[in-house]
Amino acid sequence: MKEMTYKEMGLLDEEYEQIKEILGRQPNYLELGMFSVMWSEHCGYKNSRPLLKNFPTEGPQVIQGPGENAGVVDIGDGQALVFKIESHNHPSAIEPYQGAATGVGGIVRDIFTMGARPIASLNSLRFGNLDDERVKQLFSGVVAGIGDYGNCLGIPTVGGEVYFNPAYQGNPLVNAMCVGLVNKEEIAYATASEIGSPLMLVGARTGRDGIHGATFASEELSEASQEKRPSVQVGDPFMEKLLIEACLELIKEDLVAGMQDLGAAGLTSSIAESASKKGRGVIVDVSRVPRRETGMIPYEVMLSESQERMLIVPREGKEGRIGEIFDKWGLDATVIGEVTDDGMFKVFEGSVLVGAVPVEALTEGCPVYVRKGLEPPYYRECHDFNIDNLAECDAGEALSKLLASPNIASKKWVYNQYDHQVMTNSAIVPGDADAAVLRIKGYQKGVALATDCNGRMVYLDPYQGGMMAVCEGARNLACVGAKPLALTNCLNFGSPENPHIYWQMQEAIKGMSEAAKVLGTPVVSGNVSLYNETVDGAIFPTPVVGMVGLLEDIDKRCQMAFQDEGDLIILLGRAREELGGSEYLFVCHGVEKGSVPEIDLEEEKNLINLLLSLTEADLVKSCHDISEGGLAAALAESSIKGSTGFNVDLDFKGSRKDRFLFSEAPSRVVASLDEKDLTAVRNLSAQFGIEISILGKVGGNKMIFNDHGIEFINLEVQDAAKIWGEAIECHMK
Amino acid sequence: MKFGIIVFPGSNCDADCYHVIKEVMNQPVEYIWHKENTVAGFDALILPGGFSYGDYLRTGAIARFSPIMPAVIDFAEQGGLVIGICNGFQILLEAGLLPGAMLRNRSLKFICKPVFLKVNRADTPFTNHMKVDQVVRIPVAHGEGNYFCDQNTLQSLKDNGQIIFTYCSEDGQELPEFNPNGSLANIAGICNIKGNVLGMMPHPERCSEEILGGRDGFYIFDSMINWLEEVGK
Repeated sequence: MKEMTYKEMGLLDEEYEQIKEILGRQPNYLELGMFSVMWSEHCGYKNSRPLLKNFPTEGPQVIQGPGENAGVVDIGDGQALVFKIESHNHPSAIEPYQGAATGVGGIVRDIFTMGARPIASLNSLRFGNLDDERVKQLFSGVVAGIGDYGNCLGIPTVGGEVYFNPAYQGNPLVNAMCVGLVNKEEIAYATASEIGSPLMLVGARTGRDGIHGATFASEELSEASQEKRPSVQVGDPFMEKLLIEACLELIKEDLVAGMQDLGAAGLTSSIAESASKKGRGVIVDVSRVPRRETGMIPYEVMLSESQERMLIVPREGKEGRIGEIFDKWGLDATVIGEVTDDGMFKVFEGSVLVGAVPVEALTEGCPVYVRKGLEPPYYRECHDFNIDNLAECDAGEALSKLLASPNIASKKWVYNQYDHQVMTNSAIVPGDADAAVLRIKGYQKGVALATDCNGRMVYLDPYQGGMMAVCEGARNLACVGAKPLALTNCLNFGSPENPHIYWQMQEAIKGMSEAAKVLGTPVVSGNVSLYNETVDGAIFPTPVVGMVGLLEDIDKRCQMAFQDEGDLIILLGRAREELGGSEYLFVCHGVEKGSVPEIDLEEEKNLINLLLSLTEADLVKSCHDISEGGLAAALAESSIKGSTGFNVDLDFKGSRKDRFLFSEAPSRVVASLDEKDLTAVRNLSAQFGIEISILGKVGGNKMIFNDHGIEFINLEVQDAAKIWGEAIECHMK
Repeated sequence: MKFGIIVFPGSNCDADCYHVIKEVMNQPVEYIWHKENTVAGFDALILPGGFSYGDYLRTGAIARFSPIMPAVIDFAEQGGLVIGICNGFQILLEAGLLPGAMLRNRSLKFICKPVFLKVNRADTPFTNHMKVDQVVRIPVAHGEGNYFCDQNTLQSLKDNGQIIFTYCSEDGQELPEFNPNGSLANIAGICNIKGNVLGMMPHPERCSEEILGGRDGFYIFDSMINWLEEVGK
């Protein structure tokens, strides 16, 4: 094996000097490797930590905020949800199937490590232009990887989002979220180790796969990235399934003092974490680590990111029972080290000491960089773009084009490859509403889950776009009747060393924080993925929000499909005309500019509360938020899902039709209701200060749009359903 | 009356079946770990869906060597009710309790979606609360559900009335375009000659309650209970 220099490991000159100072000598190769992975952005958050401090993280519902393997929120009845989202972008860019599969594996381990039974997965995906052959390969590989791994585990993949934009051409995003259910008193925390406690390694054997995965994830993608393919791990979902069942049995019987999954930076990171309690140290003997390859040196063993491994710190005297449970599941557990009291992380190979570094230096000692952001020139230019100079497209043609856009079209090609029903809790399955809804067996309540982020909006205005991502997540939950509780986020950006990118991060985080504060949805967990760049430039800044919510009464859940002939269709929220950043401008004009529609956070909060009151009182029969494709697409989708037409008459107030039809301005919802409930709905809307306009009625088999009685779009529901339903499939044939 | 659910390493619909039998059908039910070697005391066995042994080698190929399987085969040969769902169906094929084999789906992709099935017989232990030619909506979720057998076997399945469920349209047309996986003769579920062993790819346990979008699957479990009660008399 050719030895890497510290620079090749991703360390800066000054960081290398710092390491020498800490140790009082030159680090050896193993120690250098340990520092480099622990001090990578992926593990140490050295560029993002100062910004992450801005997120609100507390609330009465929060049981555990950031800092553990996942966040935890209270859902009553002594139960809690454990959830987190994480990126696997770089591995997926070069090995889409395994990259995505192991992304699922990693996030699932974070959840059951907390003692929770994983009950749902979601994902947020970004790819380049779907006409490109390489993009098709990436897309189908990623979807198959997510599906095969999650399906085998028997965890339903219930929701998510997929967007296509040239900004992600060489650097797709694969963010995986997992949600678990736990009884509050069974929540397991990572750092509970006592001096003398043995460290048990269980699960898959350790190989050379994934060495320096964390480092690789912390640099830009380039031609040379293909050579890093060995940095991508290979997944074994069957092994993971056995680990889930075995580890949850350990927790049920209260046999473990601490549990850590082995993720980025492998043994180095998980062992350092288990000794992170003040003053604790650790010794580990690499010769005891079961291998799948011969001739591995300590450096390789300590840095391997082989999947499906767990580190267990048993409660005193419980090793025997733990061994029995692992034996039942056919798993091997090996004691590889123990907790000490000297604050040192000592690595032995047999009796020979091969490395020794202070634990704290690896974790707390990670350097932090407060950088300076700089507003990029594109921002003003895009902001000042005048839409009036663009011709107005024929509204009917534009709607058809939008329905065929892979960003709006049905994602059934994707979710039909995911088992979204296993565990028999899926009360709203993918595609039927703005959020997934799961029942909690034995209770009347349910939970709702969604992921959101419009990268284009964030690019055009990171501050507004960041707010928008949080608001859309909360609004999606409210549309199904769930009160938003808290969020997790995955912050995907380019290189933080570029002041323009750093500015995007600053602004987006500021927007997200403000929205999360006003909406009362704190950030309880998350992940940062930087350096999402290729030679062609950085991705759109994409801070994905994963939101969880609670329905007190699951029977009151609301879907997007129009229900009955004659039902009134209403718009809740203002009639708005801003086209900036819209899919319409992109699809019909090839323009990705304009000023992003502003959000009034108080208005958003009121709308969400109104939606909760409406669903609670059973006053609306369908609910769908206005996002990509605007009002017109929202109407069309509710119509297609309900297999029924509609007839609406719109008041354009003399302004261009396209503005009103396709604006993606936030804080708005299309709903339908029985006419007899109109007064009650009006009263509630007035109470929350939300505008309501009656657009028309459900019925027939056509989508008919009128302008003061003059029909200007007439589309067969069946035809629209075909366009919308088969668009992605057609690309993938 | 007591149901037993065989749990293999990698089974993942075991808890779903358990829930339906216990909470929806209100019947006694217990898990049976694959390392056991007896099924004494059980009146019906469910081999649930999932990925036993990770589907490694071939679906169901390793599970059929589990210590419990001789007892399951013995139970079936003595006329006990055995239903294999999805991976359970694959295991029954590998174990030789049902004829034929599974190929990967025609699309080579995992498919999870609701499909329509035609009920071809209503006189079996599994369908006696359904009607002949009734169309039911039950979801599938599998990567290898493309049933295959040789022509002689297919002929004998037909002659003996062993094809219980076939994929069809909402109005009961058994055309290739309504077949999600490319299975021979649109086969979704078959039984043995005696009729006491059923294997089916769709998941009735996923649609036995209204909250999950339909309860056509309920009638399969209801039929089994009815049959056991009648036999008990």
